[in-house]
Amino acid sequence: MADSDGRQVDSINHSTGKICKELTKEEKQRLRKEKKQHKKNKKDDRGPPEKEKEKEKASVLAPSKPATQSPAHKAAPVPVNASASESPVAAEKPAKSKAEQRAERRARQDTERASKQGKKEGGQQSASSKPKATPNELQPVVKRLPEHIQVDDPAALKKLAKKLERQQVRQINIVPLRSDYGYKVSLFSHLHQYSRKNPPTQQISIPATVIHPSIVRLGLQYSQGIIAGSNARSVALLHAFKQVIQDYSTPPNEELSRDLVNKLSPYISFLSQCRPLSASMGNAIKHIKKEISNIPSQCKEEEAKRRLQECIDSYINEKIILASEAISKYAIEKISDGDVILVYGCSSLVNHILCEAFEKQRKFRVIVVDSRPRLEGREALRRLVKKGIRCTYVLISALSYILPEVSKVFLGAHALLANGYVMSRVGTSQIALVAKAYNVPVLVCCETYKFCERVQTDSFVSNELDDPDDLIVTRNGKTHLENWQTVKSLGLLNLVYDVTPPDFVDLVITDLGMIPCTSVPVVLRVKNVDQ
Amino acid sequence: SDEETLIYILDELVEYFRAQIREDPDVASAVAAIRSLLEFLKREQSETILGLRENMTKAIHRLEETDSSVAVSSGGELFLRFISLTSLEHPDLSQCKNVMIERGELFLKKISLSRGKVGKLCHTFIKDGAKILTHSSSRVVLKVLENAAADNKRFTVYVTESQPDSAGKLMAQKLCNLNIPVTVVLDAAVGYIMEKVDLVIVGAEGVVESGGVINKIGTYQMAVCSKAHNKPFYVVAESFKFVRLYPLNQQDVPDRFKYKADILKTVKDLNQEHPMIDYTPPSLITLLFTDLGVLTPSAVSDELIKLYL
Repeated sequence: MADSDGRQVDSINHSTGKICKELTKEEKQRLRKEKKQHKKNKKDDRGPPEKEKEKEKASVLAPSKPATQSPAHKAAPVPVNASASESPVAAEKPAKSKAEQRAERRARQDTERASKQGKKEGGQQSASSKPKATPNELQPVVKRLPEHIQVDDPAALKKLAKKLERQQVRQINIVPLRSDYGYKVSLFSHLHQYSRKNPPTQQISIPATVIHPSIVRLGLQYSQGIIAGSNARSVALLHAFKQVIQDYSTPPNEELSRDLVNKLSPYISFLSQCRPLSASMGNAIKHIKKEISNIPSQCKEEEAKRRLQECIDSYINEKIILASEAISKYAIEKISDGDVILVYGCSSLVNHILCEAFEKQRKFRVIVVDSRPRLEGREALRRLVKKGIRCTYVLISALSYILPEVSKVFLGAHALLANGYVMSRVGTSQIALVAKAYNVPVLVCCETYKFCERVQTDSFVSNELDDPDDLIVTRNGKTHLENWQTVKSLGLLNLVYDVTPPDFVDLVITDLGMIPCTSVPVVLRVKNVDQ
Repeated sequence: SDEETLIYILDELVEYFRAQIREDPDVASAVAAIRSLLEFLKREQSETILGLRENMTKAIHRLEETDSSVAVSSGGELFLRFISLTSLEHPDLSQCKNVMIERGELFLKKISLSRGKVGKLCHTFIKDGAKILTHSSSRVVLKVLENAAADNKRFTVYVTESQPDSAGKLMAQKLCNLNIPVTVVLDAAVGYIMEKVDLVIVGAEGVVESGGVINKIGTYQMAVCSKAHNKPFYVVAESFKFVRLYPLNQQDVPDRFKYKADILKTVKDLNQEHPMIDYTPPSLITLLFTDLGVLTPSAVSDELIKLYL
């Protein structure tokens, strides 16, 4: 590894993110020795073929763009890139003199500094979402995808692709990078927009030994919209995980508690490629991973598997089924005879509450508000009418017309954020706003497992874009938007979620009781203390 | 028999409670209730802890029937929670009871001091030359004004008459005895007088989970007026008045709090009766002064979660 001082110190500088002055020759030599030692340890862990592949790829990248290489340096494990950058560089080294190297290094540091300012939010975020300690710990085979993906940032995308490839077990491209579809409205260009006609499984190669078939099925069900609604998605996810655990067998010389977690990571990456994970799914996954890593090492495999199955069952039972019972109990106190209740879309929890209240002989009628393109309200309408509840059905455009009749509004939630904002189906914040203007109390029903530590004050920062072709509709034999892609100035926006500020929400009903929207962080704190 | 002794003790309890109120009209009804409950705990005879809890709950219900204010209900529930929030793993029931009685005495001592604490906290918010508006008769507000007067501050007080029981006139009398200049105004004159006053201080019968308060009828009106004139609206309440209710609007407050206890028992059609309390939502309240500190309305729920969960 006959590397020159110049390049070596460069990569060190890049990795630590510092703009150092020139080091003395002794210091440089010492640093070089340390780096060598690091690399040697890393090399022993990874197989040779992978290393070569990395080197090849990196060497293709290295001569082309130093600017994009520098952020790549920062995030990925440093020694690999350093070694990769060495190979093409080593050849050129003897040609340059010391002074030229120094000048080059300064120039590179300047560009790196400039690019750093440029992508403060983007690439840095995905960089910082991974622990900086990666060079020091044992190279973990798999890494989770960062939550905040900057789709319009090419460097971040490249990093993402690299990360996905690093999650390979045997060099097969298990988790494909799904490509975006159609023109995206500029405000939301940082989000993915996939088309339902290109399922993610098209690019996967079988053998299915790499991703468990129940996970593939689940991913397809998510991406095609067959399973929708946060409770349904979480429960389906947990059942698929049960199947995975059932079929899992510990490879020799591995511990179940560590290996199983690593096996789950590519599955989770695949699922988030099919459809971004919801907050409830995130919390469920965190819980399962914690349970898995808490399995004592002397536990036999069968016993461990049984324990994990039980733990998943009890999670579903406690956090979802029993929670909805507790919430119904509190909510029924708030429903009095003669009430006119407004609901929006299809929330499994709100439907459950209304059915329970009807069984307890409360006299009320329901107004179901619906919106395109999902028209989920029809499902809610079907369930309520089957029970025998008197219902009215309107579209959201008729909201201000119908609200003077309404006495209460019941809304479901996808997640409750730590600053008290409610994240729910798009249209919810509109309903809360108009209800506030008419002085109608707004009640949000949400289980505590949907409380998430994230903070968001608007609906742009983090959202989901659905297939834009869903907005195309055929009326009277004419489909006006059929060729929307050909019109350059036209963009179709199909948002899935929006956030409602806590001033519009009067009451949140959770399984812990009735709390005001501003008390969500207290509940989170209490829960963390319990755990 | 057991049933008869229980009924006898419950009657004694009610008598004790009434006697307390008679002897010391200045005591908060919740404190009197808790003192009576402590006496009840000492006298009652049950064989099991579950039986003891049931008897306590019956006692609290009985007291609520006598005096239907929110404070009695909240104080009773908090008392029950406090005494049982300890390890009751002793094998002997009498030992458990002694532990509970000890904790009961501790609770009683704590809450008897709470009014003083509130007074000390709040009087610093009254500046020299201030004009204060208050509603009906509240002993906590009286204590606050007493402390402020003792601090050599000059201020004038406007009190609403507060029909139907003219409690405002009583308050005016008490303030006169403290040499504080006071004027009695009609309930209907709140909007008229609001531009003259600097701040509004009211007491509370109960503080609900949302951070709103339940108080004598007319408080909500005053709060809306003060919001319209951008005057601060302060509520002073002891912590034993925190109650696990969450009303969404005026109709949502349970009937058992709205009307006096004897009216609830005798009258069939409550639509003809006039409610004695109303609910003020948290958006109209600036600050709450409690013995737990000075709280914003949203912090009340945090405190309640700590107390109850």
